[in-house]
Amino acid sequence: MMSIPCPWCGPRDEIEFHYGGQAGVAYPQDPHTLTDEDWAQFLFFRDNPRGAFGERWLHAAGCRRWFSLRRDTVTNRILDRHDTRTVGQ
Amino acid sequence: MTPPTPGADLPEHPDWLWSSPEPKSSYDAVIVGGGGHGLATAYYLAKNHGITNIAVLEKGWLAGGNMARNTTIIRSNYLWDESAGLYEHSLKLWEGLEDELDYPLLFSQRGVLNLAHSLQEVRDSVQRVNANRLNGIDAEWLAPDRVAEVCPILNTSEDLRYPVLGATWQPRAGIAKHDHVAWGFARALDRMGVDLVQNCEVTGFERVGDRIVGVETTRGPIRTGKVALAAAGHSSVLTDTLGLRLPVQSHPLQALVSELLEPVHPTVVMSNAVHVYVSQAHKGELVLGAGIDSYNSYSQRGAFHTIERQMAAAVELFPMFARAHVLRTWGGVVDVTPDASAVMGLTPFEGLYVNCGWGTGGFKATPGVGWCFAHTIANDRPHPLNVPFSLERFTSGALIDEHGASGVAH
Amino acid sequence: MNNGYRLRARGRIDRDRPLHFTFDGREYQGYEGDTLASALLANGVHQVATSIKHGRPRGIMAAGAEEPNALVQIDEPFPEPMQTATTVRLTDRLAASGLPGRGRLAAEKDPARYDTMHAHCDVLVVGAGPAGLAAALTAARSGARVIVAETDTEFGGALLGTGEQLDGAPAHAWARQAVAELDEHPEVRKLTGTTVFGHYEDNYLVAVEHRGEDAFTRQRVWRIRAREVVHATGAHERPLIFAGNDRPGILLAGAARTYLHRYGVVPGERAVVFTTNDSAYAAAVDLHDAGVEIATVVDARGSVPPHWESLCAERGITLMPGTAVVTSSGPGRVSQVRVAQWWQEEERPGAEHTRIDCDTLLVSGGWNPAVHLHSQARGALRFSEDLGAFVPDQNPRSVRSAGAAAGVLTTSACLSSGSEAGRKAARACGLETETAELPRAASPPVRPGRTVWLVPSPTDSTGDTQYVDLARDATVADIRRALGAGMESVEHIKRYTTLGTAHDQGKTSGTLASGVITELLGRSTGEIGTTTFRAPYTPVAFAALAGRERGDLYDPVRVTSVHDWHVDQGAPFENVGQWKRPWYYPHGGEDMEAAVLRECRAVREGVGLQDVSTLGKIDVQGPDAAEFLDLVYTNKMSTLKVGRIRYGLMCTADGMVFDDGTVARTGEHRYLVTTTSGGAAGVLQWLEDWLQTEWSHLRVHLTSVTDHWATIALAGPRSREVLSRVAPDMELEQEDFPFMAWRDGTVAGHGARVFRISFSGELAYEISVPWWYGREVWEALVAAGAPLGITPYGTETMHVLRAEKGLPIVGQDTDGTVTPYDLGMGWAVSKKKEDFLGKRSFSRADTARTDRKQLVGLLPADPDLVLAEGAQLVEEAELPEPPVPMLGHVTSSYRSAVLERGFALAMVDAGRDRIGDTVHATYGGRLVAATITDHVFYDKEGARRDG
Repeated sequence: MMSIPCPWCGPRDEIEFHYGGQAGVAYPQDPHTLTDEDWAQFLFFRDNPRGAFGERWLHAAGCRRWFSLRRDTVTNRILDRHDTRTVGQ
Repeated sequence: MTPPTPGADLPEHPDWLWSSPEPKSSYDAVIVGGGGHGLATAYYLAKNHGITNIAVLEKGWLAGGNMARNTTIIRSNYLWDESAGLYEHSLKLWEGLEDELDYPLLFSQRGVLNLAHSLQEVRDSVQRVNANRLNGIDAEWLAPDRVAEVCPILNTSEDLRYPVLGATWQPRAGIAKHDHVAWGFARALDRMGVDLVQNCEVTGFERVGDRIVGVETTRGPIRTGKVALAAAGHSSVLTDTLGLRLPVQSHPLQALVSELLEPVHPTVVMSNAVHVYVSQAHKGELVLGAGIDSYNSYSQRGAFHTIERQMAAAVELFPMFARAHVLRTWGGVVDVTPDASAVMGLTPFEGLYVNCGWGTGGFKATPGVGWCFAHTIANDRPHPLNVPFSLERFTSGALIDEHGASGVAH
Repeated sequence: MNNGYRLRARGRIDRDRPLHFTFDGREYQGYEGDTLASALLANGVHQVATSIKHGRPRGIMAAGAEEPNALVQIDEPFPEPMQTATTVRLTDRLAASGLPGRGRLAAEKDPARYDTMHAHCDVLVVGAGPAGLAAALTAARSGARVIVAETDTEFGGALLGTGEQLDGAPAHAWARQAVAELDEHPEVRKLTGTTVFGHYEDNYLVAVEHRGEDAFTRQRVWRIRAREVVHATGAHERPLIFAGNDRPGILLAGAARTYLHRYGVVPGERAVVFTTNDSAYAAAVDLHDAGVEIATVVDARGSVPPHWESLCAERGITLMPGTAVVTSSGPGRVSQVRVAQWWQEEERPGAEHTRIDCDTLLVSGGWNPAVHLHSQARGALRFSEDLGAFVPDQNPRSVRSAGAAAGVLTTSACLSSGSEAGRKAARACGLETETAELPRAASPPVRPGRTVWLVPSPTDSTGDTQYVDLARDATVADIRRALGAGMESVEHIKRYTTLGTAHDQGKTSGTLASGVITELLGRSTGEIGTTTFRAPYTPVAFAALAGRERGDLYDPVRVTSVHDWHVDQGAPFENVGQWKRPWYYPHGGEDMEAAVLRECRAVREGVGLQDVSTLGKIDVQGPDAAEFLDLVYTNKMSTLKVGRIRYGLMCTADGMVFDDGTVARTGEHRYLVTTTSGGAAGVLQWLEDWLQTEWSHLRVHLTSVTDHWATIALAGPRSREVLSRVAPDMELEQEDFPFMAWRDGTVAGHGARVFRISFSGELAYEISVPWWYGREVWEALVAAGAPLGITPYGTETMHVLRAEKGLPIVGQDTDGTVTPYDLGMGWAVSKKKEDFLGKRSFSRADTARTDRKQLVGLLPADPDLVLAEGAQLVEEAELPEPPVPMLGHVTSSYRSAVLERGFALAMVDAGRDRIGDTVHATYGGRLVAATITDHVFYDKEGARRDG
């Protein structure tokens, strides 16, 4: 049960949050100019690093706001907090 | 002296298993990952294709990853033809594996019940049973009274929050002892002269253009024309060094065992809606799997609330488990794909083959994966059974959506 | 010999409260404050069980959770398997029996109640021995919020069981004083009988509190989030390995001391002490003083520490430095040991043996710090050559180990180490305090122990009776075999031998195993390492972890405001997500089919009503609401006029249908969106996600209003008539209130919003009123419709009626692999919009195929037959050998009142090109013929919707 720092509510138990996977994957400007391969990259391919990972969380049982943070996927330690720029699915 | 507790111990392991050689400077093929899939692949490369100048490179101890951490359920009752084909091939291999490896794998075909708790789950289950039968897979839909006959300790009363509305039943499904399986393959490989190299982590590739010519390891470079990745989610970490992304995400998946208990549970029970899967292993311990934790992690541990939720489900379904005790919990790292089906086949790089994305289905697929992946590596061409599991399906949209049948909701 | 080994005065038991219990069917007596183990020892019972694999008699070895041997089954008051006698609190009428390594579950339902507590604190102190108490006191004096959790029934730990003195008084007196002071701090919470069993991310720890069989809550799980943690978890004494080291009568020396001081029990009449360190001398001296004859103290070290030498000399205790016990013998319990000289350099015994008779052998091979929680918290370990044990190396962030858990041996050092840890923990929370004033302990100087991993035996050269893990019957011989098989990793050896896998998870054997492997391989123990420590520290009952999340509390039950009315009508309910929805309303002895046919007929011929309050409702507001909805729906919502409603489909980005519902434009900048009942939460989250993270420039607000509005569907040719009776002020005629429009009005005296939409194809209204008035309006409609035979209908009838109209249900007729085109709903996909979620995916090779599975109708050749939902479709009339190619499957199937036959919806490969073809559906063990049809079965031209 990680303690996740919600930028608006403060640290809360992981169980209050919904995970949103990799942060910063923007919806393509014009999907219809993309090749099928590039579109597939947007749909299905996400980074899966061992170590620092920028990821999205939704404070689902709280303020219902999305935010991003960086976490070490080996230790589950949160590295950077409070990245409230909410760009990209 | 009193007699030992019957069944409370396992057959002895043999007096010789495998040696731990230094890696050579080159091999015909290198398999990255000494888990069940890596070992089985090496085995069938040697046995079916006569390629024995192989090294299996393992970063830790042999079969110490998900092979040592799974709940050992074996079944083939998947919905789509593509999955059914591969898993049923695997199940058929399981049925002869004990003899073939001459090792007590404790393969026990005690059947598996997949419970349905909603009307939609009933529809989906019936659909799957019908598909299974047409694919030649033993499957049956059981109404609640028949479910109770198969597993009398299961709570099939209507006062459950989500009552058991029935179950699919695959009698040929069952469990095996994971270490024994891995060690059976390892011993056979040792006999065939395949190098099992432990404490040897692959850190990168050597390439000439788009051709792979070797691997970098923590124990020096190794030249080889064929590199087969069988390292679950870690495969994606390795392919990142080539700029090749794999559609997998690594998540914690937890499991636990109870202390040893006298036999009460005759089969395997899985429930998607009431997240739990349970069997009673050979010595008498209850083995339970939980739901997947939502976040990416390689930490081999999950959150405790997942375990608590799993225990609530277990006691709901099996009231008599109330005073069984959780003895040990642990976590594995499952690599999950968008459609809950694996990736197995060629890559854009010549001489690089990938097998990953098995999610929660890896153990049961072990011999089938070995068979097909070995074929792919030896012939530079996928086996017909793994053609649909290519990376290209994510581009064309021809996904093999097995979220319903994969056992744990992703 | 009732309580023949109980001393008259000592111990912390209550001699005024005798307790009666049975063990293995025999009756005994103990006292309040006893454990089952202390009560058995008091009665001279050593053998508790037989071993799992070798069937050897086994006794009580320890006095706590590390006990490897004394496994019991509790029979009364309620069956509970696999308890250690050393941790079972004695209660009156307790019945227990010895277990050979495997327990029995109760057949009857556990009547006990379990619960969960949440707590936050500044400093959590795990363990209330000298280090834990000192840590807690120091932290408490800083004003910190402190929780102290102790497994034992009282605070004090080793201070209660060693008979030591502090400040010249018995140590337990200081413990009592410390507890009294803790009680004065309002921010301190003391938990006894509470074992912290897991240490997770960010100092989240879980503990189980044993409150007793008679307590209202038998056990409680504590979920504790601590800013700082002090692990004062103590140490476990290490046994010694020699031939026959498993006999009853062989106890850890420290355990014998605990039985003496804590319970007033002596283990026997004549004891040999075998040690490699100083601590066992105290046991020899204390037991001697309690009347036990100490035959000799066998010390593998070459000389005896002077402090103890003189104390022993005063008592006439014979000392044998430089010797070792090589074997024990006896019919069951130990009756004799053989002692040989110990050649220190070669680490082997000499050939000459001295035989010594005894009924008790006390052993001490040193102490293993209980590093389990430290290790779970990802703290590093290192092997300490001095202690012959793994000790905490680097502390994890905000975690400290103190006292014996940190490898500190004497009481005075434990006190100061605990106090220091408490001060640092408080300081880390921003609270300053001085180190607590500590009592002076008369701790004798400690000389280093000697690590002896194994005493080779002349009679057992293979090691078959040299037990490493007594609980698993794993011996030195087993480890030899594992090494011989090529195993090198401690994890492989553990698996080969099953070492450390029993109920005690190797608490006494883990380090020993590493040591023996080291010795046999000739490598260093630090290099071999240890296996991973995993939660739980001690076994925890499933039911305790399940807590209250059982029965109806397993998952919240959501009901509508009309729910009780449905219950009164005897409707069975269908679980839809967390909702309970009435399935059908049987009359008299009707079965489901009869009830549904009647309900369907009522809607098609007269009027029916359904509670559809569970439909998800989202209020979408803002100047950019139209633009936003255009992006998330496949069709265009910006062109919808205020007052009008449009059906909408949502796709995931990969083009698969995800949810559907209606969109009503309730204002220039406002829409009310409905979703499926099960999909409501997911849709809201999906919309919020895109709005916040992708299109955050759009000025749109989303509010779930699902349970603000109770919604009633009123359907059937006479629905207008019924509504007009309860909404006399509303203009309901076709020209005033056309199909796919909404109007505000007063229904049954309450403000209502009425939609003219239809899921049945009949003239229909959906009436929404504030949730509170749902039942009142429902009953008004029922009363108004009574003369017309108004019929309540459930989800099953709704499903039949919509299927007759060919309307798919997302999640039933679709499965996440179906596009709008596959459903024949290309009409709901905008060609004009530049982009919307899913659009790009439709042109992918596989998604663009024209022979994908498509939604069609199916009519079984036998009109009386109802196909099975989930039936697979094949070409052939007779089943060939598998694998048989499948064409698709039946997604919905019913008997239709209006068609007077069975009919179905199915997803079929290139289905729309195959209309009129005969296919075959699996049905039980056979195949039945069916014809592919259009998916709309009834009123294709839509003539009935206007009444």
